[in-house]
Amino acid sequence: MWNYEKRLQHPVKITQTNPKIAQVIISQFGGPDGELAASMRYLSQRYTMPYKEVTGILTDIGTEELAHMEMVCAIVHQLTRNLTPEQLVESGFDKYYVDHTLGLWPQSAGGAPWTATYFQSKGDPITDLHEDMAAEQKARTTYDNILRLVKDPEVCEPIRFLREREIVHYQRFGESLRIVQDHLDSKNFYVINPEFDLNPKCR
Amino acid sequence: MTENKPNRQELLEWINVVSFAVDDVKLFLDTHPCNQEALEYFEEFKKQRVEALKEYAAYYGPLTLDTACTPAEYWCWINEPWPWQEGGC
Repeated sequence: MWNYEKRLQHPVKITQTNPKIAQVIISQFGGPDGELAASMRYLSQRYTMPYKEVTGILTDIGTEELAHMEMVCAIVHQLTRNLTPEQLVESGFDKYYVDHTLGLWPQSAGGAPWTATYFQSKGDPITDLHEDMAAEQKARTTYDNILRLVKDPEVCEPIRFLREREIVHYQRFGESLRIVQDHLDSKNFYVINPEFDLNPKCR
Repeated sequence: MTENKPNRQELLEWINVVSFAVDDVKLFLDTHPCNQEALEYFEEFKKQRVEALKEYAAYYGPLTLDTACTPAEYWCWINEPWPWQEGGC
């Protein structure tokens, strides 16, 4: 169950439209390392996670990613509102516009539609947490790449906030991996998969 | 009542500050559930957040359904701008 809170996690107040940069930033909505994929990854992985600390972190980070997706969408929306047909053609946003007008649709910067193949839910906590840590770093790199292209401080500021959260999440997933390994055989972490082989009495 | 009315922007910034403190320490507590310092920090900011959300709802409309003190004749949840809109939170 989720409840909506009618505010952004961090404010987005952009006064100047910029459809060119919106086309780049939209990748963090529906691209391969975007916030939608992040949220779906963690919220999908948590059902079979046997350790309560890690189930908690997957739930809470998965939830925060939804708030990040809303911030990215707010940025894209504010960068593209009230555009004229001339501005659309000049900026190259016309190719997006023809299919979606100014509506938000999850796609990568290159136009590839969002897909569940952007993430894995493997049913093995070591495998999934390595994927999660990699995902946070990939998202951090994407924000670094965006920040090299953005000049407007009103856009940079919320992007920097989102970038920092990737680093915090990476740290928490690292701690989660340690918690998982503490439950396993330290001589061979791979003797069993605790999401499949573990006797419930041993948990 | 109007002389004690809090500034909307300042109150909203405060809600963002205390909410972020709660969001951040919540993740830390997931992986450090026995950390006393973090537990106290959580309690303190959770309390401040609940109070600030109630105060905001009383003057400027609800940000959460739990603080919606809507009059019987009108559904005020949809009244204030949405977060991505002009004047939104």
